Amino acid sequence: MPKLIKGVGCPYCGSSCDDIEVLVSDDETKILEVHNACIIGTNLFHHANDATRPKLPRMRQPDGSMKEIPYDEAIDWMAKTMLKAKKPLIYGFGSTNCEGMSAVGRIAEKSGAVLDNCATICHGPSFLAIFDNGYPSCTLGEAKNRADVVVFWGCNPMHAHPRHTSRYSIFPRGYFTQKGQMQRTVLCIDPRETDTAKLADHHLMLDQGHDYELFDAFRTVLRGFEIPETVAGIPREKIKESVEIMKKAKFCMIFFGMGCTHTDGRNHNIDHAISLTRDLNNHTKCSIMAMRGHYNIAGPGQVWSWQFGFPYCIDLSKGSHAHMNPGETSSVDLAMRDEVDCFVNVGTDAGAHFPIQAVQHLKKHPFITIDPNFCMASEIADLHIPVRIAGVDEPGVVYRMDNVPIQFRAVIKGLPGVPSDEELFDRVYERMCELTNTQPIWLAAKEHRKYPHNPVVS
Amino acid sequence: MATVTLKPTKVPELMFEGYSITPDAFAGKTPAQIADLPGHEGKIVMKLGDFFEVTGNAGDTAADTNIVINGDCTRVKYIGARMTAGSVTVNGNTDMYLGGWMKGGKIHVKGNVDSFCGIQMQGGELVVDGDAKNHVGCAYRGDWRGMKGGTIRIKGSAGNDIGTFMLGGTIIIEKDAFIHVSTHAEGGTVIIKGDVEGRVGGQMVKGDMYVLGKIKFMMPGYQKVGTVEKEVDGTKATFDHYIGDLGERHPKSKGEIIYANLYLKAAA
Repeated sequence: MPKLIKGVGCPYCGSSCDDIEVLVSDDETKILEVHNACIIGTNLFHHANDATRPKLPRMRQPDGSMKEIPYDEAIDWMAKTMLKAKKPLIYGFGSTNCEGMSAVGRIAEKSGAVLDNCATICHGPSFLAIFDNGYPSCTLGEAKNRADVVVFWGCNPMHAHPRHTSRYSIFPRGYFTQKGQMQRTVLCIDPRETDTAKLADHHLMLDQGHDYELFDAFRTVLRGFEIPETVAGIPREKIKESVEIMKKAKFCMIFFGMGCTHTDGRNHNIDHAISLTRDLNNHTKCSIMAMRGHYNIAGPGQVWSWQFGFPYCIDLSKGSHAHMNPGETSSVDLAMRDEVDCFVNVGTDAGAHFPIQAVQHLKKHPFITIDPNFCMASEIADLHIPVRIAGVDEPGVVYRMDNVPIQFRAVIKGLPGVPSDEELFDRVYERMCELTNTQPIWLAAKEHRKYPHNPVVS
Repeated sequence: MATVTLKPTKVPELMFEGYSITPDAFAGKTPAQIADLPGHEGKIVMKLGDFFEVTGNAGDTAADTNIVINGDCTRVKYIGARMTAGSVTVNGNTDMYLGGWMKGGKIHVKGNVDSFCGIQMQGGELVVDGDAKNHVGCAYRGDWRGMKGGTIRIKGSAGNDIGTFMLGGTIIIEKDAFIHVSTHAEGGTVIIKGDVEGRVGGQMVKGDMYVLGKIKFMMPGYQKVGTVEKEVDGTKATFDHYIGDLGERHPKSKGEIIYANLYLKAAA
């Protein structure tokens, strides 16, 4: 009889919905139905049923074709290639669990690599602003229960985070927001008329790339000074009205996205938004949150900050300390400046997301993709190693966009013989230790570890 | 004064981290010892001699040592970083972190430089004949104490983030700049002789800025308070005096609020 599994986490967007119900077949190998998830999340679960999913690593042959090889051979090749490289780059981790992110740290240290995650082309500038100016944030539960003014600045959750508005930000009825949408005033600041903008009570259609000036105008008005007649294409009166709405809120919540982090100024836009949040707290309660893209993209920030002290762009090539300075140690810059000589793409698709010139530079050197599915990065890779899908056939810890950890579960049995990210990285690490004649260091605390099965802890 | 001459012999495959190329590291060493100084290329520790031919002798102290690099250093980082005295002359281009964290001495680059030149600078003089990329004289990520002293002169143009979190010292850009000048600054002087795209003095608390060209997009937090005659780096002109950033916090001194000053050359 098919089994209904409740309380399942969705491995798609940063909302990391944890109320999904999945109906699985008797033998726990097929997903039959997915309830509660958005259409993208639903499809993500159904993808796991795909009979064409790769089950063995594939190595590029001299004639350009791909040939299936055993896992041991792939692990050996990856270990040797990374040890040989002067400066390998390990990038990705948007869509995998924290266990995998933690395990890759050991490989990165061993091979003197640069460790980077998708934040580098996403919310990395938010990290820089947080370094500079702090992060007066809260959890999504607080946004749901308290926020009566919600500002979407440079983000479009109706498409990027489909259930964000219904679970946390616009529609839900919370403890102090029992009338739901009726009680909330929604502001949208976006140069385009997005579906979120259509939903908003006020849409400030600013000139593209002038968010910084508009933030400054908001703050200047808030301090009681006059501003020019129009700022960033928005009339003075509209700005004053918006500031008044935010000031009179009981709890104002600002959500920001790529529209701020990846237009001119980048971290400075967020920096100013954080300053605005701080200023608003002189009048009312206000909080700010980054609309993180993937279900566990906050994870590497948490895991690596704990391991290395930095959330992304971590250069471990010195062997003695971590160095971080985006602009120099960020993936796209490293690629464009020809500063790396081996590329490992994990749980993301650099082939689809990076500028074409960056991919061309990376393709001059060994290119390894670790991904459960076929994607552009797997098709241009020299070696493609399939792994399990975290959140579908592999459990693990993920961090939601508000940095709340959630334990995701596996709903079906994994493909036989296919390892998880964690197991694969541990095996590569062990092989690297064999090749360099060093003793692997395993953590004693992890009793439930999958590999090695009975570690000798020194 | 003794002069050490470096001649590039090989282009590094990746970037070479030439943190040993400072008068402080060279002082009191023979050419053979200098060629033996370390530098990273990725995780491999290389030697200066792998990439440069070293001739001439170093002085006994950093102050007595001049370094001349005859050739292109487009793929060499950290030249003159953390130096305290002496001089470095580069007859060519350099990569990132030129004169970063420097405390004294003089650096003269006759070509272009990449990003982060003069990052967290505390003293000395840095002259670039060509263009500079982004983050001239800015703070390191997350540090609220940026450039504290010294002078940076870029004879060409510069990119974005000039003098971020600046506390003191002077930055002169003789041509154009892109965006973000003196963002978050609490002191220091930035002079831009060409045009600026915008975001001049955003979130600025204290300090002075001079723009002799035009600002395409003015920050809304700046207000004109008057017109003044001033001499700036040898140019005498009439400037419109703006104060700001009115959206940012400002300290009080002797009962008066201190604002940052923007002097924009008045239209003739």
